[in-house]
Amino acid sequence: MASMPVIEVEQLHKRYGDRTAVADVSFSVNEGEIFGILGPNGAGKTTTVECVSGLRKADGGRLRVLGLDPVKDRAGVVAELGVQLQHSALPPNLRVGEALRLFSSFYERPADWRELLDVLGLGPQVGTRFSKLSGGQQQRLSIALALIGNPRVAILDELTTGLDPAARRDTWELIESVRDRGVTILLVTHFMAEAERLCDRVAVIDSGRVVALDTPGELTARLDVQQRIRFVPSAPIDDGLLSDLPEVESVSRRGEEVLVVGGGDALAAVAAQLARQGVIAHRLRVDQPSLDDAFLAITQHQES
Amino acid sequence: MTTAVLPTPAPAPHRRSAFWLLARTEGRLFLRSAGSVLWTALLPVVAVVVLGIVPGTRHASRSFGGLSPLEVYEPILMMYVFLMSAVNFLPAVLTGYREKGVLRRLSTTPVPPGRLLGAQGLIYLGVGIVIDAVILVIATAFGARAPHQFAGFVLSLLLVAAATMGIGMLITAVAPTEKIANALGLATFFPLMFFAGLWIPRPSMNSVLRTISDYSPLGAGVRAIQASTTGHWPPAAALLVLAGYAIVCGAAAARLFRWE
Repeated sequence: MASMPVIEVEQLHKRYGDRTAVADVSFSVNEGEIFGILGPNGAGKTTTVECVSGLRKADGGRLRVLGLDPVKDRAGVVAELGVQLQHSALPPNLRVGEALRLFSSFYERPADWRELLDVLGLGPQVGTRFSKLSGGQQQRLSIALALIGNPRVAILDELTTGLDPAARRDTWELIESVRDRGVTILLVTHFMAEAERLCDRVAVIDSGRVVALDTPGELTARLDVQQRIRFVPSAPIDDGLLSDLPEVESVSRRGEEVLVVGGGDALAAVAAQLARQGVIAHRLRVDQPSLDDAFLAITQHQES
Repeated sequence: MTTAVLPTPAPAPHRRSAFWLLARTEGRLFLRSAGSVLWTALLPVVAVVVLGIVPGTRHASRSFGGLSPLEVYEPILMMYVFLMSAVNFLPAVLTGYREKGVLRRLSTTPVPPGRLLGAQGLIYLGVGIVIDAVILVIATAFGARAPHQFAGFVLSLLLVAAATMGIGMLITAVAPTEKIANALGLATFFPLMFFAGLWIPRPSMNSVLRTISDYSPLGAGVRAIQASTTGHWPPAAALLVLAGYAIVCGAAAARLFRWE
């Protein structure tokens, strides 16, 4: 028997005045999963997680976190749910250590805040005021505060926005280690690479609706995207020899580089033809469809 | 940053009272903001010392209805402390917290953001009471009459605290940003201090001004405290005016307050 989902969202609906922020969103997150919510700006991602975390009251639908209603069973939910919000600062003069000590006092079974500080690489900043931290350090402190209560579920909104690539990678490792401890994670992001790396499943939300829900691999595989093959031929080669191949759709040149666009089997066909002509493909690159392409295809399809 | 597994729960959880830690932390933040300490605590203390040192201020003057200038300004300075802390600094801090998402962040924890309001209120109330006590001691040391009706004095001061806190919370509730809270605070500060008698002491006001002053929160506060200094129970009208401001503004603030 499958275990009970940790987060259940059924036909969530939320309006702000006349504007519908979330029209119809349903998904469920299993224990120990990293579940991603992707979507263009204004798609309703943040509103969805705000409703899940109980900060906003849904206008329709059913929400459960660990089987509890996030608004009605507030006390039960906040004790087990860590939330890292977008645009949520701390008092400018509050020191890092003070913030963690204060927030750890809010919970029954807090994590050891000094250890958490070291895990997040903020050890040297323990006495630094919030206003003197870099953007990345503020972000890491914000993650630390979401994890200080030893939550069973964590909601992380735009986790790595504003971080440099190295800090982003470190944060991803941290999130994986959090998941390895059995924490279920709901992650809002607009970085496809982040979703591809971290998420077990993703829901793509557009205009307040779930338009796709699957593993990142399936979303990409389902996509009928062309391969783009680039190379520099070792000897002159006639474009016609390539464009006549049934797998190839077009051939073009940029300087000495040849760009071949074709279906899924184009690479094998092009390689065989080049071998027959005794031409070697230097600097060969093949662009595979990524989650980026899948995301664009899914969301653009919705608009048309 | 090294990534290891996350720390395990602290073995022996001894949960400190979250509210007191919150209040202590907010208290530290208050002391770290030089502006609020200077304006709410240092300035009025320096003012009462200066008033006390100037020789002419200690003698009763007929133009002040038999009070010495020091005795006239002592309650006005006491009003100033509460007004400055509850109406100028408190709303700015709280609207800033709301603007920056501090209250929202707190809403996601088991400690409701209302506790932060409570902690802030406690700090500014504490500052008001402590500094007013210091003013009382210094002024008395310089020869001003001590409040003979001490219970009436304490009651008046507490009602002043409640009234200014109500006004401050109302500003916090209606001001969408810290800047607007500051502007509203200043716009409230000058008229209220005027009717408390900062520029024209109440005994020198004409009857129209003094009537308005009687119905203004700090005018009523000065009236109540001055009565207790001369040994009388504060006039019921003054106490009712103070209680009225506290209840009406407090209720309006509670209705209008937004957490984000």
